[in-house]
Amino acid sequence: MMFMGAEWPRSESSSSSRKEPMAPPEDQTTPPSSEHKMRAENLRAWFGRTLALKGINLAIADKQVTAIIGPSGCGKSTFIRCLNRMHEVIPGARVEGKVLLDGKAIYGPTVDPVRIRRRVGMVFQKPNPFPTMSIRENVLAGARLNGLRVQEPEALVERALKQAALWDEVKDKLGQNGMSLSGGQQQRLCIARALALEPEVLLMDEPCSALDPIATARVEELIHEIGERLTIAIVTHNMQQAARVSDFTAFFLMGELVEYAETDALFTKPQDSRTEDYITGRFG
Amino acid sequence: MKLLPGEPYLRRRVVDVVARGLCVVMFVLAVVPLLSLLAYVVKQGVGGLSWSFFTELPKPVGETGGGMANALAGSAILVGLACAVGMPVGIMAGIYLAEFGKNRFGDAVRFCADVLSGVPSIAVGVFVYTLMVLTMKRFSAIAGGVALGILMLPTVTRTTEELIRLVPDTLREAALALGVPKWRATLRVVLRTALPGIATGLMLAVARAAGETAPLLFTAFNNRFWSASLDKPMASLPVQIFTYAVSPYDDWHRQAWAAALVLVAAVLVLNVAARLVVYGRTAR
Repeated sequence: MMFMGAEWPRSESSSSSRKEPMAPPEDQTTPPSSEHKMRAENLRAWFGRTLALKGINLAIADKQVTAIIGPSGCGKSTFIRCLNRMHEVIPGARVEGKVLLDGKAIYGPTVDPVRIRRRVGMVFQKPNPFPTMSIRENVLAGARLNGLRVQEPEALVERALKQAALWDEVKDKLGQNGMSLSGGQQQRLCIARALALEPEVLLMDEPCSALDPIATARVEELIHEIGERLTIAIVTHNMQQAARVSDFTAFFLMGELVEYAETDALFTKPQDSRTEDYITGRFG
Repeated sequence: MKLLPGEPYLRRRVVDVVARGLCVVMFVLAVVPLLSLLAYVVKQGVGGLSWSFFTELPKPVGETGGGMANALAGSAILVGLACAVGMPVGIMAGIYLAEFGKNRFGDAVRFCADVLSGVPSIAVGVFVYTLMVLTMKRFSAIAGGVALGILMLPTVTRTTEELIRLVPDTLREAALALGVPKWRATLRVVLRTALPGIATGLMLAVARAAGETAPLLFTAFNNRFWSASLDKPMASLPVQIFTYAVSPYDDWHRQAWAAALVLVAAVLVLNVAARLVVYGRTAR
């Protein structure tokens, strides 16, 4: 596959228009923490007795989009679920090692996972709006379910839906059930729901894999926009998507981080032969 | 088998027609008892219905006329008590089993609930008799309510559990990822989503409790007069039907049929009403 450069002009133009992304550290075990929003240090994750992540060291750059690619079962979803303490929700699942958010360990004994999840939002593979709630209630769900009082709910709903590029399509039917929307709209509603809590980091677990190409394009466009203000980590098994939306790309294989580089560099000059085999479609 | 053109197709069509025909016949067989029972109750009961049936107290033996006002009110009170006893315990036990009960203790509770649902209702009556009637030294409405509540318990517990299990995990994750504590996610998202189904299950339990006679015979007993005190014996429709049906008086027989008709109609109305409420809530 020779898809870089010519086929994806966006990544060329954007890398010049954006602020200069700092290069990820060469030595991944000692990434400089200052420009990094999150950092995993020797992160190991288990499902029962199965070791799904075998000691990951990876730093996620602040206000950039980081893509995580790899074949099914390589641990990429597990990895981002460790970043907001959603991995431990699964019965029998367990995490070892360190994850730092703004330099502070999120797996510390005194850290409440609930607080972490409010700062690190998540969008899932399958759109999952709350079926008992209207569009408006879905957007406000994060605050309402937490028992927080929202100062100006209408303004928050409008802002979040605009950020999620859904406002124009739903502004006249905010009272309708969230399930009445199309799949792509539902996914953008879920993004709005996550954004309404004003998270610092947004994790996206294959957010487009249940969507058609047009809906996918809209969500990708959206990732670009919110990626300007927010740190995003997106898991995808679609390499073109990683190339289109991300600034950095990490390639996972069998629970290990094989290669981590600027997206352009990883797709044009992969350093590891396994990365090359994967991105050229020889396996996976 | 040799495949002649047309032959296997003909065979399949014959098998199809026969199997479908059998299903229809069995369906009719299953419905016949229900419909004939309804028809018979209506035919026998309509004659006994009158204004005084709903408003008057039973007349002394030998006098004709009178009604079952006290038994109607009594049944309502007893079922209300049963709900107050059975529903909170049953619903919370169901939530426990579905959300936290994947362990040995959960299995034990589940087993007990299944056994309890198979216990003859008269045994429950005897149990509550020893537990409450003997200690309080009198029959009482509260004892009747407890007996009916115990009968409702397994149905409520298991339906709540089953329906909460049907709520997809993606919704739990959606709530948890918004930084909602598990208990709030369970109450406000999971239970809320399962509510329509649970309501139907509760109605079935109520219908069953409303029709039970045996456990009331030695708990709430019966009462020929108005009584709203919960520590006194209380009349109820099933017990009144029983008493009148075994009496030698034609007038009482007529009233028993009328009471049976009222009981069946009340259960039917309750079920339909519950379904309408639930339908109205979900159709939005």
